[in-house]
Amino acid sequence: MTAFLTRLFGRLPVGYLQLTHNRGRLLAALAGVAFANVLVFVQLGLAGAMAESVAIPYRLFKPDLLLVSPAESEVLSDAATLPRQRLYQAMVHPDIKGGTSIYMARATWISGRNASSSIQFFGLAPDATPFFQDALAAPLVSLSLPDTALVDTLTRFVDMQSYAKAHPEAPVPFEFQNRQLGAVGTVSIGGGFGGDGVFLVSDQTFFRLFPKRSSATPSHILLALAPGADPTRVAAELARAFPPDTVRIRTVTQATGQEIRHQMTKRPTGLVFAFGVLIGVIVGIVIAYQVLSADVADHVREYATFKAMGFRQRFFVSIILEEAIILAAIGFWPGLAFSHLFYTTLASLTNIPIFMTPERAVAVFFGTIIACSVSGLLAMRKLAAAEPAELF
Amino acid sequence: MTDAAISVSGLDHFFGEGEARKQALFEVNLEVARGSLTILMGPSGSGKTTLLTLMGCLRAVQAGSIRLLDRELSSSDESLRIDMRRRLGFIFQAHNLHDSLTARQNVMMGLQVHGRGDPTRQALAVDHVLQRLGLGERLDYLPANLSGGQKQRVAIARALVSNPDIIFADEPTAALDAVSGLAAVQLFKDLGRARGTTTVMVTHDPRILDLADRVVTLEDGRIVNSRHAPV
Ligand SMILES: Nc1ncnc2c1ncn2[C@@H]1O[C@H](COP(=O)(O)OP(=O)(O)OP(=O)(O)O)[C@@H](O)[C@H]1O
Ligand SMILES: [Mg+2]
Repeated sequence: MTAFLTRLFGRLPVGYLQLTHNRGRLLAALAGVAFANVLVFVQLGLAGAMAESVAIPYRLFKPDLLLVSPAESEVLSDAATLPRQRLYQAMVHPDIKGGTSIYMARATWISGRNASSSIQFFGLAPDATPFFQDALAAPLVSLSLPDTALVDTLTRFVDMQSYAKAHPEAPVPFEFQNRQLGAVGTVSIGGGFGGDGVFLVSDQTFFRLFPKRSSATPSHILLALAPGADPTRVAAELARAFPPDTVRIRTVTQATGQEIRHQMTKRPTGLVFAFGVLIGVIVGIVIAYQVLSADVADHVREYATFKAMGFRQRFFVSIILEEAIILAAIGFWPGLAFSHLFYTTLASLTNIPIFMTPERAVAVFFGTIIACSVSGLLAMRKLAAAEPAELF
Repeated sequence: MTDAAISVSGLDHFFGEGEARKQALFEVNLEVARGSLTILMGPSGSGKTTLLTLMGCLRAVQAGSIRLLDRELSSSDESLRIDMRRRLGFIFQAHNLHDSLTARQNVMMGLQVHGRGDPTRQALAVDHVLQRLGLGERLDYLPANLSGGQKQRVAIARALVSNPDIIFADEPTAALDAVSGLAAVQLFKDLGRARGTTTVMVTHDPRILDLADRVVTLEDGRIVNSRHAPV
């Protein structure tokens, strides 16, 4: 290793030799860097899972559609209702090819003794298949039978194994708020951070489950554009046709992005994640600084000797950066391994879509190198104490 | 090029500020011939180390003049002083070896200050000087596994390896027993003579005085006696 690094740097790897000479300090430093990495990965993982779980329900819709929602609708599932009239008004526009209404409501499912899950229901028109992701086309049609549902295999607090074989020909019966329903298929959506699962039903079944809701007041409206129509222009023209400030018209993609941003910046959870990342970075910088500055302090006489020999400041900078980068590059891996373990454990316990992405791993790797380098540069200040004239 | 490796004239030096300001050197004049071994003596606090650090470019000249290897050090900036230090060798009272570097690696640092060189040639030069100092069997030892005398010899090797024009040594034998101290000084006097190296050394060791070309005595910051050794 020394020979390899000597080739690489064109000088003896003094930083590397110094770090590895004091094994106890090295291990403490690596543990610290790994710990800070885990902190950052956990927060980024939760934030990523939050964004992912926001995006998953939107993915039920075809992404090139316009989503018409009530004015206060930062969050898809929290939207108030809007008049179905808007659908008919929109259809008048020459570039609108078709539309469908979506009804949403949340209810608690008592699936057994002491087992209750908060379920998000989507009421959809079974013949509106062109508006939904292709994989839903066939299952959606089977919802035309009354009191049938597509149930979420990722529902929390319920053993969903018995529903795995649910099929239109062999519905799996279950009770929901004193109604007998039949599962005719499954989806894998997951409740994310706001609920425990998502069930899809036909609009007719939806009104039976939620008698206070009316077909005249959907939660959202999906509009399909004529081929080649510019969504931004059509959205602007529609907005002018509707009474001012009563609706938001966005593409499904825009709505997804805006909700993710809202969850990350306006909701306490999102801010907690950002704060958590900051804490992780600070912990990392402080630990690396402690180790590197202790190392400089322990070698002040040796550094002063190097100064007397004629080494310049950039030599000392390169030694300390060498130490910082080695700490970061080694400490990262145990941090990554622990974080991966944490992700898989949390995902299997909670059905939250938390997983390692290559982009995140690479970003944290370089972030670690930068953070450790900052620590190194801060530790450089201790080098001023190395005064060669004091050596004699 | 003049005959003098070092020529000091009218050198004053002060420590501290205001009330605490204290003069350590007064009007020091001194010429050190190339290739000579000059010994500085004098009582504790007489200014020997101060003079050595000024001549060795480790401190800025405040008043007076020092010409070192034909370069004027008064009014020199830190950058010139760092460049000059690369042409000098220092041997300190403490060996100041890097505890995580082997004997070889410590000596190698004395070459690497001059930048990338041919690694094979550098390794040969390092091994040669260590062998010359009797450390051929200890090349890959860490300082912790060397005796005091061996460590000091590694430090001497580090100072000699790059063929410095001048060596400054401040009580280099203080940490050694009498025999190995004398042997070490004899060694670098021989090496110096072979290479024409100029040496300025502070010592109290009377037996070393016999090896000197010249003995300069300081008292209270003034040179009181400068005696050339009988030839
Ligand atoms: N960094 C400093 N700050 C203030 N005063 C100093 C400093 N270094 C030396 N002095 C003072 O300058 C004077 C000369 O000190 P110097 O170290 O040069 O003496 P010396 O001859 O080397 O003594 P010794 O034999 O004890 O090493 C002394 O009075 C000392 O107290
Ligand atoms: Mg002294």
